[in-house]
Amino acid sequence: MQHILKIIAQRLALGLLTLFAISLIITFGVELLPGDLAQAILGQGATPETVRVFRLELGLDKPPYLRYLDWLGGMATGDMGVSLSNKRQISELIGMRLSNTLFLGGFAALIAIPLALTLGILAALYRNSLFDRTINTVTITSISFPEFFIAYVLILFFAINLGWFPGISNISSELSLGDRLYRTLLPAATLTLVCVAHMMRMTRASIINLLASPYIEMARLKGIKPMRIIMRHALPNALAPIVNVIALNLAYLVVGVVIVEVVFVYPGLGQLLVDSVSKRDVPVVQACSMIFASVYILLNLFADIVSIITNPRLLYPR
Amino acid sequence: MKKTQINNKPLILGRQVSRRDFIRGSAALGIAGTTAGLLTMSGSAFAATPHRGGRLRAGIAHGSTTDSLDPATYENGFMSNVNYSIQNHLGEVDSTGAMVPELAESWEATNGAQTWVVNLRQGVEFSNGKTLDADDVIASFQHHMGETKSPAKSLLEQVTSMRKDGNNRVIFELSGGNADFMFVASDYHVAIKPSKDGKIDPTDGVGTGPYTLSEFEPGVRFLGKRNANYFKSDRAWFDEFEMLSIVDPTARTNALATVEVDTIDRVDLKTAHLLARKQGINVEETTGTKHYTFPMRTDTAPFDDNNVRLALKYALKREELVEKVLYGHGTIGNDHPIAPINQFHAATLPQRQYDLDKARFYAKKAGGVKVQLSAADAAFPGAVDAAVLYQEHAAAAGIEIEVIREPNDGYWSNVWMNKPWGACYWGGRPTEDWMFSTAYMGGASWNDTFWQHDRFDELLLLGRAETNQDTRRSIYYEMQQIVSDEGGVVVPMFANYVFASVEKVSHGALAGNWDMDGNKFFERWWFAF
Repeated sequence: MQHILKIIAQRLALGLLTLFAISLIITFGVELLPGDLAQAILGQGATPETVRVFRLELGLDKPPYLRYLDWLGGMATGDMGVSLSNKRQISELIGMRLSNTLFLGGFAALIAIPLALTLGILAALYRNSLFDRTINTVTITSISFPEFFIAYVLILFFAINLGWFPGISNISSELSLGDRLYRTLLPAATLTLVCVAHMMRMTRASIINLLASPYIEMARLKGIKPMRIIMRHALPNALAPIVNVIALNLAYLVVGVVIVEVVFVYPGLGQLLVDSVSKRDVPVVQACSMIFASVYILLNLFADIVSIITNPRLLYPR
Repeated sequence: MKKTQINNKPLILGRQVSRRDFIRGSAALGIAGTTAGLLTMSGSAFAATPHRGGRLRAGIAHGSTTDSLDPATYENGFMSNVNYSIQNHLGEVDSTGAMVPELAESWEATNGAQTWVVNLRQGVEFSNGKTLDADDVIASFQHHMGETKSPAKSLLEQVTSMRKDGNNRVIFELSGGNADFMFVASDYHVAIKPSKDGKIDPTDGVGTGPYTLSEFEPGVRFLGKRNANYFKSDRAWFDEFEMLSIVDPTARTNALATVEVDTIDRVDLKTAHLLARKQGINVEETTGTKHYTFPMRTDTAPFDDNNVRLALKYALKREELVEKVLYGHGTIGNDHPIAPINQFHAATLPQRQYDLDKARFYAKKAGGVKVQLSAADAAFPGAVDAAVLYQEHAAAAGIEIEVIREPNDGYWSNVWMNKPWGACYWGGRPTEDWMFSTAYMGGASWNDTFWQHDRFDELLLLGRAETNQDTRRSIYYEMQQIVSDEGGVVVPMFANYVFASVEKVSHGALAGNWDMDGNKFFERWWFAF
């Protein structure tokens, strides 16, 4: 156990270092883009005179490294700063959107993960049967379409033709949980269709992989039922690669859903990041990137820890 | 509820014509567009009498998380709607294109339109309870003057002093006569807000408007509740006004088709005819001042040679651009920025045609024309397609145009007014003087053709100070001719504003100065049932 804590501490420290590197790359990447917030906001209406005043007001006249150090200092004390464009606290700006994104991602994960695992186990159990082939074909087809296409198909059938669900998922704080779930079902279903195939096939592959090993053969010779063999004997040993894939997909559900957000007009974090990049609102871009990067780092850490716990050999690397 | 349907096709001389015939015919006659600037595509719902109640939900094609309530930063349709729903201005443009008093009660120009006396409406209350007075007006103007980031700064540079005469009168002194000053003074940036110690709080969201700010999440949603004290008794019919930012055109169409919203702006032109076929949805359009342009830098070779400019102006099939880029939702332009709905539009100026002989003639005079055209869809939707069509049209006259596809990102700061020839759009201006002073006067900040014409500049000053309508008409006529024949801009078309609503949304005559009834639909429209 001590060992695992040590590993977690090491990985968290490394994660911080990674975050620092990412913040540098993001800041100076955005800095390299042509134009700045003053020009982007004033757009066609920018004149040298008004841009100059606007820059002074925003503090954009200071050199980039100074602005970065200011930001880093704030970040270290837990202050994300204010949005350049409308002077709102970034923590407040992000708060609602982050919770929306997590809500949608969580909802999709609640459907997708049990579904993928069940289908994967069943496919492994009845491998090479008609069932197995159908499941494989359907999930691979759905992952092969771009997500906006799946979203539009769902909207066409379920919102426009049948009228069961709303065509857009605008949600506000006054909605009850049931309403929120109802309004976000179509985007969650889209995300589910997009990420089920990956997890399902990994589950199937890693179980089948184990089914050839001698201890499974032993179990079968003992007369244990196939379902029990898979659940009790194969699955625990197959967990590590499955958890890795699940972690990757969870990360995707949080950081990669901007297209689904746009199609369903869902106010999540992705749209915020896209707007902020196009308007060069650097502090908001930095804050969003930090959140996205942390999600990746933490989920990967989680996957690694689960792998280690399920496979104690990994505790003592050579 | 009684509802009268008007015929969906405009009647001209007692004969029914299709919209397309109408555009073609009227363009040939040089009277493109109707005087009211209104074309109705599918039967529009005009309910007999306005009726109070309901929540109007609108899906708007603009809006960004970087939006701010500060009037000096309004730059998109979403914020323009927020502006007009929570705030008022000195005057407003009505459905005939005229400037009528709003927070002002009346105004009077003296001293050759150099002194303007504006009498304010009395007893108007802001949403924070303060009563409107002259100090509020002065402070609101000052927000856009002097050291400011406001794009309205250059408009208000002509104001040399403002002073109050009692609590309800403001006197503006201008550096020169300006017969159209009230249009400028009612620019959408110059929202009237309450002052405190001579300053306004630009982001407080307080105003005298038809709705009071209830919720505002930039780039997502706006919710306003009806202002019970609103000073216009015959306006603001909805109890609540909700606006969602739906930038993606397909999502916007879906939202309307599933009645998640009651009205949307900027209908996707490719599918507008399909949407109009759907039961219970009306698609409507207005012809306004919005136009698409190809500005050339006349200070840069080869565009400093007017022969090159004329060769290019004659080498374009405008009708085809209207047909293929606007899908018929627009009218052809005549290489000057004055729209058919503008008061002094030069209707008798001969329409420039696609004329290969003339194009060849001028190209030969210029010693051959080989140019680059920079375009991106940020300039206007379909700009790249329009540029490619232009290339084909010009090739027939032996003119070589190389189309350069520029990135959308940073288009306005890196391409527009930087590359020698590009694509651009203009929302247009309600008055000739304003349009010309903004983008055609020598040395103006947004003179995107870097054009300098002495006679034109002289006429501009004459026209601005002139108060006789007939004299002004002849002055602006000559100016449109000069721009068309010698200017650096190709104006292929004026684009209509196309929007759609569910059937129960009703309205009177529509204003064409901005999208959706002058961006005041929430104050002027109502539910018929």
